[in-house]
Amino acid sequence: MSTIFFLIGCSVVLALIFLLAFFWSHHNGQNDDLYTPSVRILLDDDGTIEDPEVPKK
Amino acid sequence: MATLTKTHCFHCGDICITEEIKQDDKSFCCNGCYQVYSILINSKLGNYYKLNPHPGDTRKIADKKFSYLDEPEIEAQLISYKDNRKTIVSFYIPAIHCSSCIWLLERLNTINPGIIENRVDFLKKQVDIQFNQQQISLSEVATLLQSIGYEPLISLQDVVKQNHQAKDNLLPKIAVAGFCFGNVMLLSFPAYFGLSAADKHFGTFFSLLSILFCIPVVLYSGIDYFKQAYHNLKNGVLNIDFPLALGILVMFLRTLSAYVFDLGEGFADSLTGLIFFLLIGKFIQKKTYYHLSFERDYRSFFPVAVQVITDELKEISVPLEKLKQGDRILVKNQEIIPADAILLKGDAAIDFSFVTGESEPVRKVVGEIIYAGGKQTGSAIELEVIKPVSQSYLTGLWNNEAFVKPKQDKIKTFSSRVSKIFSIALIIISVGTLLYWLPQNWQLGLNAFTAILIVACPCALALSTPFTMAAALSVFDKNKFYLKNTDVVEQLAAINSIVFDKTGTVTIAGENGVTFSNDLNNGDKEIIFNICKNSTHPLSQKISSFLGSQKAIKIEEYCEIPGAGMTALVGKELVGIGSCFFVTGQTKTNAQFPEVHVKIGERYVGYFAIRQKFRPDLDKILTDIDQNYQTYLLSGDTDQDAEALSKVFKKENLLFKQSPQNKLDFIYKKQQNNTRIMMIGDGLNDAGALKQSDAGIAVTDHINNFTPGSDAILDGASLHLLPKFLRFSKSAVKVIHYSFFISLSYNLVGISIAMTGQLSPLIAAIIMPLSTVTIISFTSIATHLAAKKHQLIS
Repeated sequence: MSTIFFLIGCSVVLALIFLLAFFWSHHNGQNDDLYTPSVRILLDDDGTIEDPEVPKK
Repeated sequence: MATLTKTHCFHCGDICITEEIKQDDKSFCCNGCYQVYSILINSKLGNYYKLNPHPGDTRKIADKKFSYLDEPEIEAQLISYKDNRKTIVSFYIPAIHCSSCIWLLERLNTINPGIIENRVDFLKKQVDIQFNQQQISLSEVATLLQSIGYEPLISLQDVVKQNHQAKDNLLPKIAVAGFCFGNVMLLSFPAYFGLSAADKHFGTFFSLLSILFCIPVVLYSGIDYFKQAYHNLKNGVLNIDFPLALGILVMFLRTLSAYVFDLGEGFADSLTGLIFFLLIGKFIQKKTYYHLSFERDYRSFFPVAVQVITDELKEISVPLEKLKQGDRILVKNQEIIPADAILLKGDAAIDFSFVTGESEPVRKVVGEIIYAGGKQTGSAIELEVIKPVSQSYLTGLWNNEAFVKPKQDKIKTFSSRVSKIFSIALIIISVGTLLYWLPQNWQLGLNAFTAILIVACPCALALSTPFTMAAALSVFDKNKFYLKNTDVVEQLAAINSIVFDKTGTVTIAGENGVTFSNDLNNGDKEIIFNICKNSTHPLSQKISSFLGSQKAIKIEEYCEIPGAGMTALVGKELVGIGSCFFVTGQTKTNAQFPEVHVKIGERYVGYFAIRQKFRPDLDKILTDIDQNYQTYLLSGDTDQDAEALSKVFKKENLLFKQSPQNKLDFIYKKQQNNTRIMMIGDGLNDAGALKQSDAGIAVTDHINNFTPGSDAILDGASLHLLPKFLRFSKSAVKVIHYSFFISLSYNLVGISIAMTGQLSPLIAAIIMPLSTVTIISFTSIATHLAAKKHQLIS
């Protein structure tokens, strides 16, 4: 049963790592802009087209 | 003649009035749009048009000059970082509206390699630009942005505000509280089910760990409650922070003593849970729609720098706050007059639309005083400043005490009133219980005393307002009614009088109803259209858009006489279009609205009347508003519309020729008679009234346009929902009342158990989350139902 002490220690350390990871990401501005990246990821980077077609209305 | 199908500009999607600007089979409404297109195509950025149809913003507005940005003093205020290679600047760009904007603005270095990297923040409409100052200057960056249709809005107020914005640590605090709460729950579960005597040593270990988890929660996450409670007590205010801080403190001390004196379980689970839920409530309440600015005053709309003509007749840029009385300034087309000044030279046609909402330019002659806030349309003018910026007719309003004193004591929120009573009752009950038990059993007495403070800790009470209001706010937001914060909902519910501004509020700014006095035949239409199209005068543009696309015909010897009209030869006939005097030679004195007369050859055709257009459903709004609201109309205009407006307003409630100060005073006077006033206005001239009123609402037809400081911003298209908004805000306040009742019942049950001294940590651990969950679900569901009832959501 005394292994519980060890296991609890492990779980707390693991959780602490996650907490620190969150702090690190927050400090790096990950929560500053929660919308733009969702748009940015959908934009293709390579397709520079010289003559665009007229979009349909 | 054939009516042409309307073509839309390839760049901005506006209807093309002319058919002449064409490139690669694409039509453009104006040269500006065409130029943006050319720049992008030449830089191989045509993908911009692929992502969204008509992604651009119209470029019909004239360009501004950004040379003042190179003044070191101004530059230093704008940039956030600078070294030899890299300069970082953030610009606010109102035109950002779609994914094309993000795509293009982050690829600026293909147009100019001096730009290193860009980052767009879509919701804040902000772009962070890193550039190499050796290759491109700050003013060139701004000019580049403007040339592709993304003109940055530069104002000192926004810049100053940015520096003040302290990063709040709410999220990390929630993270710590959540982390500790989760772990403590895990450690507490064995105790809930009871530990056998053999496992007793686990219990002590778990308790010790729990206490360790409590320490950061109390000292880091929850410290603000102590600070606020202390601060409020010092100022003699008793609000909800006091019982909260007391509850947290007592819980922490009891948990500590339970461990030290081996008295069994502590309250670590309830304590961490309480702070976690409270912080979530705070987070919800703080989640405002920050992309709108509610605190703007004239500074965010006035230019950052002014062109001053020195004694040596040189033009230099001077920061606005350094402008002195007696300075000679140069104001170019589309620039704003920064201070009250006398016109020295040039043709002044001043557009006061920002100030009054009236879009018709006003002509001024040399020697006349021009008040600050107007925008010059036409050629450059020279002026002499007669009053410092802060003392001008318009800006002087901001020296009024309404702007100096904080707006706290406007309407006491329901929760602050209740929590005061609650705190007093709590102290009486807990001390009473302590005194009752003390003679018999001091341990039991102490136990009951602390138990009351713990169980009465008004967690649910503190959460009911934020959750209801956050739900209400999102309902308003969906209907294009943007509130500054959650308190505004309660302010809306409390008002009993509504004051409207006229121009731009009950009328639509910039939109006019054009009518012609007689019938026009198609031939005349063509002639008038082809002449008006050449003029940039707002009235000509209104007429040409009123007539729509007409066949192009040849006109010759076009000539525009400022302030009078224009002439041109069509075939052999001389056509005159313009003011009554210019066209007919007679003066008409009783004109109620701008008129444009037309004469073709010797034949007088008639005149166009350009009326202000009232918002549709105006009478419906006013009849729909409950009869117990008083409605007033304050207008800076003359009483030309009194006739039409008296149908919907009481005649004695119509006031015309009101100066900004008059409007403020009117509201102040009404408030002295215990009237709660909502002011609905749009221009800078309403700013004082908006601030003084109990709920100031700025109406705008374009949400990114300038709006003066206010409590809420309402999209003009949603004005007809106003009666529903008012009713819904009342329902939201009712929901808060009910939820207070529910949470107080929980407290009552808890306190009655605690008074006997029998409160076990388990009961506290059940009551706390249970009441919280009840309140959160009740408020969300009830608010949702109320919104449905008032047809604000489907």
